Amino acid sequence: MSGPPARTMTANGSEPRKHTISVLVENKFGVLSRVAGLFSARGYNIESLSVGETLDPTVSRMTLVVSGDEFVIEQVTKQLHKLIDVIKVNDLTDESHVERELMLIRVNAEPQHREEILRTADIFRAKVVDVTQVSFVLEATGDEGKLEALIELLRPMGIQEIVRTGKVAIARGPKTRPRKAEPAKRPRVSEDPRVVGFAD
Amino acid sequence: MRLPGARIVLECLKREGVDIIFGLPGGAVLPIYDALYDFQGLRHILVRQEAAAGHAAEGYARATGKVGVCLVTSGPACTNLVTALQDAMMDSIPIVAFTGQVPTHLIGNDAFQEADNVGITRSATKHNFLVKDGKDLGPIIREAFHIAQTGRPGPVHVDLPKDILVKEAELIWPDKVTMRSYNPNYEGHAGQIKRAARSMVRAGKPVLYVGGGVISSNAHAELRELAELTEIPVTTTLMGLGAFPSEHPLSIEMLGMHGTYYANMAVHHSDVLIAVGARFDDRVTGRVDAFAPHAEIIHIDIDPSSISKNIKVDVPIVGDCRRVLRALVEAVREEMKTAGDGREGRRPWHAQIAEWKKTQPLRYDWDDDVIKPQYVIQEISNLTRGEAMIVTGVGQHQMWAAQYYKFKHPRAWFTSGGLGTMGYGLPTAMGVQAAHPNKQVINIDGDGSFQMNSQEMATCFVEKLPVKTVIINNSGHGMVRQWQRIIYKERYCAIDLPGIPDWVKLAEAYGCVGLRVTKPSEVVPALEKMLSTPAPVILDVCVDKDECVFPMVPAGGANTDMILTPPTREVRDRAEKSQTGF
Repeated sequence: MSGPPARTMTANGSEPRKHTISVLVENKFGVLSRVAGLFSARGYNIESLSVGETLDPTVSRMTLVVSGDEFVIEQVTKQLHKLIDVIKVNDLTDESHVERELMLIRVNAEPQHREEILRTADIFRAKVVDVTQVSFVLEATGDEGKLEALIELLRPMGIQEIVRTGKVAIARGPKTRPRKAEPAKRPRVSEDPRVVGFAD
Repeated sequence: MRLPGARIVLECLKREGVDIIFGLPGGAVLPIYDALYDFQGLRHILVRQEAAAGHAAEGYARATGKVGVCLVTSGPACTNLVTALQDAMMDSIPIVAFTGQVPTHLIGNDAFQEADNVGITRSATKHNFLVKDGKDLGPIIREAFHIAQTGRPGPVHVDLPKDILVKEAELIWPDKVTMRSYNPNYEGHAGQIKRAARSMVRAGKPVLYVGGGVISSNAHAELRELAELTEIPVTTTLMGLGAFPSEHPLSIEMLGMHGTYYANMAVHHSDVLIAVGARFDDRVTGRVDAFAPHAEIIHIDIDPSSISKNIKVDVPIVGDCRRVLRALVEAVREEMKTAGDGREGRRPWHAQIAEWKKTQPLRYDWDDDVIKPQYVIQEISNLTRGEAMIVTGVGQHQMWAAQYYKFKHPRAWFTSGGLGTMGYGLPTAMGVQAAHPNKQVINIDGDGSFQMNSQEMATCFVEKLPVKTVIINNSGHGMVRQWQRIIYKERYCAIDLPGIPDWVKLAEAYGCVGLRVTKPSEVVPALEKMLSTPAPVILDVCVDKDECVFPMVPAGGANTDMILTPPTREVRDRAEKSQTGF
């Protein structure tokens, strides 16, 4: 027997996956706890979060990595935008963008491994930022895949500690140069039927 | 102009058009109370517990459409207020709450009566502020009022450290509030409105499903015009009662868990469902995958995050209900020019609904000896001709009031819908009465619910707020009893309130008038006496304690699984089956 078409949000097919969401917020105290509180209150999973100032010192940029299906992510972006201090929410996942993360890793450096560690670091364009008789600290940047690969290669030597910043991301520039005469025209978001109510 | 912070607060309130503050003083807000001593043009109503200040502000806001204001001190006062803030949050009521805070240099020191006020209210408010500099007072209060009443309305909390209230600062009053991060969208998308109009005109079995958004955006006239133009039947949510007259031929009254049979059936069988200012709450939808399974769903709401949250929507329209409905009326008129009015095609639908109404009206069994609670509500409705302001607590009495009172006007029904706050009735009624001194304000309450804020009888007496309270007294927590009876196999636990206190004596102790009735024949004379008494009255109506609210959709059940009659074994088995872990 075929039932009525599913109305529930989760039963609607899309698989959960990781999304990178870029959020511009007012640089005020308490904003971080508003964002973090939203995730805990609504039961969303936050995988990483990084915050920093932008060109405009009154505005901060948060880069969030959240996993969820399409409906969870839609709610996440809408709920984020509902916060009064949030200026703009942008899901970069399906846009052309660059993602980077910085990692500091302290690894055992026994004499028989020192060469190999340095070679590996070289391949990954990681820098050695601290050296002792028994350990190296490497600094590496890259996307998640690269950092994971580096960790796997260093694991046999014995990793003492890892510190990661969480992901930051930026959209790639436009492919063609905008014509000079035309001022960059942003369509009013309210005119776009796919988008529901982003402040423009 | 340099003024002490406390004075700035009062000046700002006056400029915002505030005329009444509900509050309770304490250490951290004493500077404001000192400034209030000789400040002209603000009435302060002293409540007996802080949550009551919040609820009274809610009542005031809902009755007038303006922002309600309350003022309490730091620490325990703020934590008491949280319930009212969350209540206003769930029901989208515009209030601004001021709390005192310990001086800025003591914040974080575990000082006397300190709590992390903004931390605590963060998730219970639309937005909150901690003022850290006196010159920010004006701009922050301006923004607080702006945020509370624009977009989807809600509560805003402003935390005021004591030293900020004492120190002099410049009064800065921006002419206009502009916020780059907050610009609600009011106009609906024209293309979507056209799409909605096309579906509505061509629908064979449409239903308008109307919520509290229509009331908060004052869109009742537009709604009525649209309904009459298209002849689409209208069902309202608990919050939407009064948005459309209950006795209008197109009204199919309330839907949902305790909605009418015909409303739930109509929604279930609809082919186009137009949700206006409603949010598909679980008490409305029942099991979501069985809610309106055949309908194309059009959803008009000011809050984008309400759309496709619980139910997937086919035609989303983000905007203010009033403006969208006005545009929709135009679009429907335009559409009718080419497609016809479609009324003929909907005759069978109206006939079907009339049939449902005839076979399963709201009903209860009459008894000559025991008062039936539904009868009390009916008589209140008759005696006031649907013109009174009706406030309720939470529980069975609330549902009976929603079912049996015949609403005529918007902003005349006050109930805690989203949060379901017991004890909401009396303090909210105070706020309504303060806003409308000449209107008949009736708080229909339960004996369990009334108890939670009964101390406010004192406020009613002292502040000359002649609120009338009818206690539907079934000597227990009736709604819990009903669930235990139907779903938990009559294993009654922790529900008895055996006639304590004596409400008549308690009313008299608080300076109010106390009345009691125990027989059906006494109900009307007692109600008449209550209505003609120019003082706060508590009318204790001892009703049948076994009476249940029907129809009832067991939590987690589909709306078509309504239970219509008192539980038999068969009904209980069915209820058990559809119980999915609530």
